[in-house]
Amino acid sequence: MTTEWAVRARGLRKRYGGTVAVDGIDLEIAPGEVFALLGPNGAGKTTTVEILEGYRDRDDGEVSVLGVDPQRAGRDWRARIGIVLQLASDAPELTVAEMVSHFAGLYPDPRRPAEVIELVGLAGKARARIHTLSGGQARRLDVALGLIGRPELLFLDEPTTGFDPEARHAFWDVVRVLSGGGVTVLLTTHYLEEAAALAGRVAVLRDGVIVAAGTPADLGGRASAAAVVSWHGGDGWRSERTEEPTRVVGELAARYGGEVPGLTVTRPSLEDVYLDLIGGRQ
Amino acid sequence: MTAMSTSEAVMASTPRAPLPGVWRISLSRGGVELKSFFRERQSVVFILALPAVMLVLLGTIFGGEHTGPGVSIGDLYVAGLIGGGVMATSYQNLGMSVAFDRERFTLKRLRGTPMPAAAYFAGKVIQVLVAAIAETVVLGGVGLAFYHLRLPASLAAWWTFTWVFVLGVAACSLLGVAASSVVRSAARNGVAVITLPFVVLQFISGVYVPFYLVPPWLRDIASVFPLEWMCRGMRSVFVPQAVTLEPGHSWQHGQTALALTAWIVAGLVLCLTTFRWQNRRDR
Repeated sequence: MTTEWAVRARGLRKRYGGTVAVDGIDLEIAPGEVFALLGPNGAGKTTTVEILEGYRDRDDGEVSVLGVDPQRAGRDWRARIGIVLQLASDAPELTVAEMVSHFAGLYPDPRRPAEVIELVGLAGKARARIHTLSGGQARRLDVALGLIGRPELLFLDEPTTGFDPEARHAFWDVVRVLSGGGVTVLLTTHYLEEAAALAGRVAVLRDGVIVAAGTPADLGGRASAAAVVSWHGGDGWRSERTEEPTRVVGELAARYGGEVPGLTVTRPSLEDVYLDLIGGRQ
Repeated sequence: MTAMSTSEAVMASTPRAPLPGVWRISLSRGGVELKSFFRERQSVVFILALPAVMLVLLGTIFGGEHTGPGVSIGDLYVAGLIGGGVMATSYQNLGMSVAFDRERFTLKRLRGTPMPAAAYFAGKVIQVLVAAIAETVVLGGVGLAFYHLRLPASLAAWWTFTWVFVLGVAACSLLGVAASSVVRSAARNGVAVITLPFVVLQFISGVYVPFYLVPPWLRDIASVFPLEWMCRGMRSVFVPQAVTLEPGHSWQHGQTALALTAWIVAGLVLCLTTFRWQNRRDR
């Protein structure tokens, strides 16, 4: 047993009937890291995360989460993790404050309910019944319930689905605050920009396997990929693919004696790389 | 053995506060369950108020008729509806609420916290007991105010009431939790799976129709299920003079205790083998 990694999985496999959902995943997440699992619906993200959360049993492989096998974990382990569920809608007749306080009572060393309600931006709704909350507010309550136990590791499964852009940015700020406080975060999302905004490292899942992993900046070899230099020649748009864009731009500048008309230098965007990886361009 | 578990405990221990106790969490669950139950108009109307409304209605229509020496149909209705009310607040209430807890991910969410599983059920027990007692008090109050209900004077009768109530609540609660597993969506098929069998049982077990008027073959079917025994027990407590109307002119307390205990065992086995923390389609 080692607690060097917050999460470590080796050869993780899970099938439902004849369908293989997770087909041999290796994963390592360091303490304090924000790690994103990215992929289209049905790629195996939720299955992977639910195995790590202890909700599902794996068919094969080794898993250690905070040094413990989730399949055999007990109350002590559950007190150290926080789970933000997708689309929960329970206890409609309780107030926000009642619900958060109740969950605080389940943990040995909870955060103060008022503090957590404030953090997720629900202070004005603390006395509102849960069924009166908007979709985004209900989601923030889910986040509050995931945080209340002062987790070392937080699971966020598609946390901002259905958020408007403003709510999404507010939520990202909450994650950054937590991460700054040393919490390890495992995020699943199908929003590329969310992974890029929050995660230090990203793994892209497709058909139950990891097809790429790395920092958002150099995912899929993006940082070293060939650049494309484009400009407007006298008779139309020209472009040149090159490993040395600076040299090409220098030559162009010399040729035009200053400003190059319509000059752009582009590398494949994260989205280009991602779509290639998940086969969205086939 | 001791040495091993000690070293394991040392390895697992982190400088953390101790986990909150099962009793404390159970009480907290009970509080949340009670708030949810009494604030939900649906459950208060259909589970708490309905038996009282039925008692007033049925008693008003048929209650004046005398059926035997010192027995009015109204008296039988008070006892029968107390039996039915106990089943409503346990079986029907839990069947629906556990199905909702599964469907709305309450169970899944709680499963991801350090709450011990027993505390969830303890919370339900607290809620059911409070609702069942409230129901019985309301029905007894209606009986005292509008009919000739006499509260039993003997300690023996109160003892009978207590064990019929406790065994009935236990058996019907376990059956309710087990039945919730058959519900795919509380809103869509909850009524068919949970409520319909309960309504049928109330007609043949002596709740809506005095038991002596039910055809013998239907009585035999009713006697397979716990509700008939609960109503019989309640009649023995609240209308003891009606014993001449009973099959075999006897209250059959021994068989009542046996039947209810058998259902507790069966219900427990069903719960242990069928209970799921998540919906089937989420697996």
